Amino acid sequence: MSRTLQAPVTVAFDYTRSTGPVVGRFLSGLRDGVVVGARTSTGQVVVPPLEFDPVTHEATTEFVEVSSVGTVTSWTWVPEPVKGQPFDRPFAFALVTLDGADVPFLHALDVSSPAEVTTGMRVRVRWAAERVGHINDIACFEPLAPGEAAATAPAASSSEPVTGVVTEVSLDYDYAASPEESLFYRGLNEGRIMGQRCPTCQKVYVPPRSACPSDGTPTAEEVELSQTGTITTFCIVNVPFLGQKITPPYVSAYVLLDGADIAVLHLILGVPADEVRMGMRVRAVWKPEEEWAYSLENIDHFAPTGEPDADYDTYKHHL
Amino acid sequence: MRDVAVVGFAQRQMPEFDGSPTCVELLVPVFKELYEQTGWTRKDVGFWCSGSSDYLAGRSFSFVQAVDAIGVIPPVNESHVEMDLAWAMYEAWLKIQTGEVDTALVYAFGKSSAGVLRRTLALQLEPYTMTPLWPDTVSLAGLQARAGIDAGAWDERAMAEVANRSLTDAEKNEHAIRKGGSSVEELLARPMYADPLRKHDCSPVTDGVAALVLAAGDKAREVRERPAWLTGISHSIDPMGMGVRDLTRAPSAQRAGAALDLGGVEVAELHAPFSHQELILRRELGLGDDVVINPSGGALASNPMFSGGGIRVGEAAQRVWSGEADKTLAHATSGPALQQNLVCTLAASTEGNQN
Amino acid sequence: MGKQPAAIIGVGQTHHRAKREDVSMAGLCREAIDRALLDANLTLDDIDAIVVGKAPDLFEGVMMPELFLAEALGAAGKPLLRVHTAGSVGGSTAIVASSLVQAGVHKRVLTVAYEKQSESNAMWALSVPLPFNMPVHAGAGGYFAPHVRSYIRRSQAPTHVGAIVAAKDRNNALKNPYAHLHNEGTTVESVLASQMLWDPIRYDETCPSSDGACALVIVDEDTARSSPNPAWIHGTVMRSEATTAAERDQVNPQAGRDAAAALWKQAGITSPIDEIDAAEIYVPFSWFEPMWLENLGFAAEGDGWKLTEAGETAMTGRIPVNCSGGVLSSNPIGASGMLRFGEAALQVRGAAGEHQVDGARKALGHAYGGGSQFFAMWVVGADKPEN
Repeated sequence: MSRTLQAPVTVAFDYTRSTGPVVGRFLSGLRDGVVVGARTSTGQVVVPPLEFDPVTHEATTEFVEVSSVGTVTSWTWVPEPVKGQPFDRPFAFALVTLDGADVPFLHALDVSSPAEVTTGMRVRVRWAAERVGHINDIACFEPLAPGEAAATAPAASSSEPVTGVVTEVSLDYDYAASPEESLFYRGLNEGRIMGQRCPTCQKVYVPPRSACPSDGTPTAEEVELSQTGTITTFCIVNVPFLGQKITPPYVSAYVLLDGADIAVLHLILGVPADEVRMGMRVRAVWKPEEEWAYSLENIDHFAPTGEPDADYDTYKHHL
Repeated sequence: MRDVAVVGFAQRQMPEFDGSPTCVELLVPVFKELYEQTGWTRKDVGFWCSGSSDYLAGRSFSFVQAVDAIGVIPPVNESHVEMDLAWAMYEAWLKIQTGEVDTALVYAFGKSSAGVLRRTLALQLEPYTMTPLWPDTVSLAGLQARAGIDAGAWDERAMAEVANRSLTDAEKNEHAIRKGGSSVEELLARPMYADPLRKHDCSPVTDGVAALVLAAGDKAREVRERPAWLTGISHSIDPMGMGVRDLTRAPSAQRAGAALDLGGVEVAELHAPFSHQELILRRELGLGDDVVINPSGGALASNPMFSGGGIRVGEAAQRVWSGEADKTLAHATSGPALQQNLVCTLAASTEGNQN
Repeated sequence: MGKQPAAIIGVGQTHHRAKREDVSMAGLCREAIDRALLDANLTLDDIDAIVVGKAPDLFEGVMMPELFLAEALGAAGKPLLRVHTAGSVGGSTAIVASSLVQAGVHKRVLTVAYEKQSESNAMWALSVPLPFNMPVHAGAGGYFAPHVRSYIRRSQAPTHVGAIVAAKDRNNALKNPYAHLHNEGTTVESVLASQMLWDPIRYDETCPSSDGACALVIVDEDTARSSPNPAWIHGTVMRSEATTAAERDQVNPQAGRDAAAALWKQAGITSPIDEIDAAEIYVPFSWFEPMWLENLGFAAEGDGWKLTEAGETAMTGRIPVNCSGGVLSSNPIGASGMLRFGEAALQVRGAAGEHQVDGARKALGHAYGGGSQFFAMWVVGADKPEN
């Protein structure tokens, strides 16, 4: 058995970026099949345009159309492309100074081996078939044979200025629980709620902690907790939100399990939301065993035990 | 300016940490080690500052749980930078300079292996026209290495010499995760990876944590016979754009170094995650052949994200504590292709304190 | 050696909106920076160092965005720091910027904090599901609502106090041209009639999600002489505790109490309610006004709501709170703390426009973050501190 529980997690969002006038001008150009740079106060033509001048710090206003043909000033081989790169097979990234520009800009160069690239080689933009005002409207650079000219871009779909761009950010992680949390989740997989006691302050933590937040010492002695406890405080969630797994309205409550010194957050069901009270006694209601996993979700919810409410004084120091 | 010294340093490095991205499990023993080094308890620490990244961990507020490792009842004077440990140290140094506190413990952590590090770092780039291409860290370094080779600023042999020396020195560093030098010829005979980079030109993906202890004046003298006095500290940043800067240079490193008195530096720990970057840094800092570079093995031997720079400070401080050197230099970098740089000097004597 | 005197001579902010689709991230920051520099009568070239603050990078999907922003912010060739201390970050960032001057390292420091929340969705970014776990919370409102319930139970406050705060702040916002929400005609009754989102928190008692930025120019004593109305820094404090700990007081957290005590001591203040003329307190959900009044020592424990109910936190009251409209009217998360700090400075500079408290001499700027475990505060004054 590995020391810790691990599971994949993907953090993904399609970001909606407003570009402002300068980046927007550049992306509008790409959509129209034109590369747009801008002249700085020192006279340099920079592609993509800088939003603000590096010397005067003024907003950039002087735009310049440059060629879609240029010269490689540096390059690197990409033997093992990562997700999202312009190609999923080996390719080169190159810095290319387009004719009419004074500094290079970065994009992929479509060649099949590093032997096909040299600094100084001439390349041209290969336009994407469909262009929407995005850096990927340039599919890549491609080698330009002697005598060849710039590639022509098929007509654009729109002529409205580009003011926004959607950027997909999706990252895959291997998430690991700490050893102490792993104990807790493994316990849940056996129908048990496991905590640990801090050797310094003697408080029982559930889930157990790699460091007791009061003392900085790891919790140690294992304590199996009761399945019953007291609602210290709660809220009624009426609002839907992105990624929500439970349909509102529902009660989200802090439940102080008997024997624990810290409350756990969970759902309260089996009682109308407006009848949930601070001090209400509740019991864990588990999902059917065949649905168990290493998860707090094994406990479907907490439901009232029917016992009299706990006295406020017994839990007021947990608020 | 007050005399402030580095008086404690501890680290953990590994290729793959199997625990939580909060790294609390690693911080607890590191803090314990520092309490042993200093004879302090957590209550002797006046200020805490940490460095880490939410995107490295893959969740918002990834740093909030790290304070558990301190034990925060009573509450502490604490801050966090989304930067390397070296800049967390800078914030703590400022705090001591204001006179508000006399001591500080700074720490950083990162589980680089949780994601695909070179891809995750593409999120550091300009988000409109760069990140959507997902230029990975190795590719950006490759573009920089090629620019220098083409310009005649260095060659593959010089890069291999850096790697060989680093991997040889790393054999004496118990924390290094990649070690074992061979010869420049042997390294050059190895296959290209991201042409013009070979694998040994690139720092290994490393998980880890590190922490430093700072103390002012007599507080520092109480801890160590030879505190490593921070006689100078300076940092600067360049534009990010790969097109608008000369990739063979690092002006921000030059500026940071020029603000300090680097005369008499015997040992320099440079945070160069790629072999050619050490060559750039040596030039920008004007380090001659008489300066011992990266006796720890440097970042090519292990490079835990967000503590890799601060570890250079710790390594440089240790050389002063041990009496091995009277004056050392430490450097930290951040951002693609040496965009942001911090340089500090550590000395056995407070004379010439420029701060 | 003590702290060198430091003063705020420039305050700038953006027009905060749900979506500032007219600007990029750099454009948003520059809007605030350019206003702050104009106010300070300085240019970017006069600035020695820049400190950037914002909340989680997942909001905009850029890791350490200060790196790509460096040149547009005028930081190229200069020292740049990036602070991130959750919701308190705007305050912490201002404090780190002040420490650059107070330490005697720099003379003219620019600090900027921003959030462009419309690039993603804050609820998503704050509640990215973790394996093994159970997503019970529903964003920040879901997190804080149970603690508001605890406060109401503990203090026995009447349940309409939250609505009083919301109505006051929304009406104050009408006097602030930069505020995101300009909801005319907000009354206690209209707040009480709004939808219950996270019972006991109603829709009108919650902060909006905003795009916005705030910038400050903080300078040394010599430079401050050129300003007609510097706001002098009388005290700065940061304190942190754990998000969750056994028996942690989440209604009246110790870190906040400790921070306030240290702040008043630094600033030489013995009776905050008598000596502070205006307070900008981080109130993202209405009930946090009475909660923080107690935590900060403006009222005894359990009595904060009485000040609110008696109208003492209105612009004409004993302790005007959030004359700018506060977080309840504009919430670009990373900048919200700095807006509190900046608005406090505007008050003592007599530059708060229509929401100026007459004759304000000392003001509090306050920010908190995470699950009420990070606190950052400062006191600024019209007079240079004596010590």
